[in-house]
Amino acid sequence: MSMKETFERLKDRGEGALISYIMGGDPRPDLTPKIAEALIEGGVDILELGIPFSDPIADGPTIQAANLRALKSGTTPVRVLEIANQIKGYHNIPVVILTYYNIIFRIGLENFFDKAKKSKVDGIIVPDLPVEEAQDYKFIANKHGIDTIFLASPSTSIVRLKKIIEYTSGFLYIVSLFGVTGARKTLKRSTIRLIEKIIPYIKGKTPLAVGFGISQPYQVRSIIEAGADGAIVGSAFVEIIQKNEYDEDNMLNSIRNYANELKKATILEGE
Amino acid sequence: MKEFTKYPIDGKYGKYGGRFMPETLMSAVLDLEKAYLKLKNDQVFKKELDYYLSEYAGRPTSLYFAKNLSKKVGGAKIYLKREDLLHGGAHKINNTLGQALMAKKMRKNRVIAETGAGQHGVATAMACAVLGLKAEIYMGKEDIERQKLNVFRMNLLGAEVHPVGSGSKTLKDAINEALRDWVANVKTTYYLIGSVVGPHPYPMIVRDFQSVIGKEIKSQIMEKENRLPDALIACVGGGSNAMGTFYPFLDDHNVKLYGVEAGGHGIESGAHAASLCAGDEGILHGMLTYLLQDEHGQISTTHSISAGLDYPGVGPEHSFLKTMDRAKYVSMTDDKAVKAFIELSKTEGIIPALEPSHSLAYAIELAENMKKDDLIVVTLSGRGDKDVQVVADYLK
Ligand SMILES: Cc1ncc(COP(=O)(O)O)c(C=O)c1O
Repeated sequence: MSMKETFERLKDRGEGALISYIMGGDPRPDLTPKIAEALIEGGVDILELGIPFSDPIADGPTIQAANLRALKSGTTPVRVLEIANQIKGYHNIPVVILTYYNIIFRIGLENFFDKAKKSKVDGIIVPDLPVEEAQDYKFIANKHGIDTIFLASPSTSIVRLKKIIEYTSGFLYIVSLFGVTGARKTLKRSTIRLIEKIIPYIKGKTPLAVGFGISQPYQVRSIIEAGADGAIVGSAFVEIIQKNEYDEDNMLNSIRNYANELKKATILEGE
Repeated sequence: MKEFTKYPIDGKYGKYGGRFMPETLMSAVLDLEKAYLKLKNDQVFKKELDYYLSEYAGRPTSLYFAKNLSKKVGGAKIYLKREDLLHGGAHKINNTLGQALMAKKMRKNRVIAETGAGQHGVATAMACAVLGLKAEIYMGKEDIERQKLNVFRMNLLGAEVHPVGSGSKTLKDAINEALRDWVANVKTTYYLIGSVVGPHPYPMIVRDFQSVIGKEIKSQIMEKENRLPDALIACVGGGSNAMGTFYPFLDDHNVKLYGVEAGGHGIESGAHAASLCAGDEGILHGMLTYLLQDEHGQISTTHSISAGLDYPGVGPEHSFLKTMDRAKYVSMTDDKAVKAFIELSKTEGIIPALEPSHSLAYAIELAENMKKDDLIVVTLSGRGDKDVQVVADYLK
């Protein structure tokens, strides 16, 4: 199913999308497809898969550590794309690759998108690539029919927001707060206000999903109630992986159960 | 050429530079650019900066003819631009005074900075102390080990030092951590970057503030020799003292420009920090530039005896000057740097920092093969008090 269909189908059912983020190759490349399967069984609608980078400036300690574990286990960018392909072979859900721009630049834009296309990747997120630097990237992604997901943040001006909405496809990624990734226990009122501020500009164009700091079911519910089409949860899953690094069964069970709890929070009707 | 890079459109020097930043920081770098363009031509700001540079930091610094060294080498005349005489002991204060004044004008009372050798941290702490700003400095744990004296100095000057334990625990990781702090606190915090690196407008701002070095060299050498030098030599970590030295001479095509990178144990060994000599293009810390990285784009850990040169990237304008063939970049090993460190101490009674000891090492090689009345200017970017322990350990 394409990203567009996924969001449309969920909308019809009165649900928000649960989008999970894990690092490819964390703690080992052979475990990633199993973790993905547990997430999907738990109810995840869209899967984000990270390609590890040595210098992840937008990430807090939890995901920094995941980058390191993945690099230690020998995970290369091409390996993560192969994992994506493997997952797509079994599961009919959108898979999005998240990585820093040097990884893509190093492989070369054409080459990277060729490989991503062959691996049936649906979209790409690059947290250190603002629209100002994204012309070639966007052009080549379009040519390959791969979505480019751009980010908007609390500091984004309306002028920039309009440009970002033009560039983004698949969905718009709203950064919920000033800061790096990492689970937070609370949800700031400003996050809700940010969603409400952005909605009028994007309604009817592209779905919007909110990430950074989202780890609890009640946060997911509040975001969806505020009108977001999806909630992105990363560090909470990565923490489960980290805690159970040497206990595969417990890791997969915990992931499946937690995904299930979060998924329930995206369902607004019929409660 | 100077006109072309004076105000780089979209922060691009040729294809290098740019603003590869998380969206949360984009408005901050755009605001910074606006603020700088306004202040740059503000007479009050200029006057204030000039005041601090001369009365507080000790500008102008002398252009000293190293007679004994020149005689011993037996080639060109070697002049030293004495940035080691500045307050704090390095060229870093030229930039920190300028940017700290900007922070004040922009009403950001909290200043964060990264530091490698600790020299930029110390210079930031000084500028913040004198201007009444709060300074917090990120420093890799490994650098804290090898530059303990500077950690103590920063604390004395009222700055808080945050040890960075991620990655290679050196300068690159300190920049990562400073950027993470900035993302979280961008509304109240000024990020005072220490070299001609990072997203636009930083490489331009730091170059402009450091260009006082090259401007003074130009008028001083005219006064002493009544002509421009044949060669300028400066060490390149991020590249700020080199850019400041080179920039006023970019259009003087008879003046050869040499940037000296850290050769560590030698380029072949892989243990070095010579991004321009041995790296490839890539994107780190907001800029497209030459980087040391592996085949997959993971940034390499670097090695240099001098913490201030131990960085896997380089300022984008240097990448541009290299590609345009306007400047030549070479590398000198730890060994040669230490030899030059000792040589200058003995011949001239000047203990240089290990960073410009790399430039001196190259100057000695270059001067040998030049004519007696040829002129070389070496930017002595800092003094070596901070390095005596490191050198003593190295010689053991
Ligand atoms: C004395 C001295 N020279 C040079 C450098 C390298 O920096 P840059 O290349 O920006 O001049 C440093 C950095 O700490 C330094 O302390």
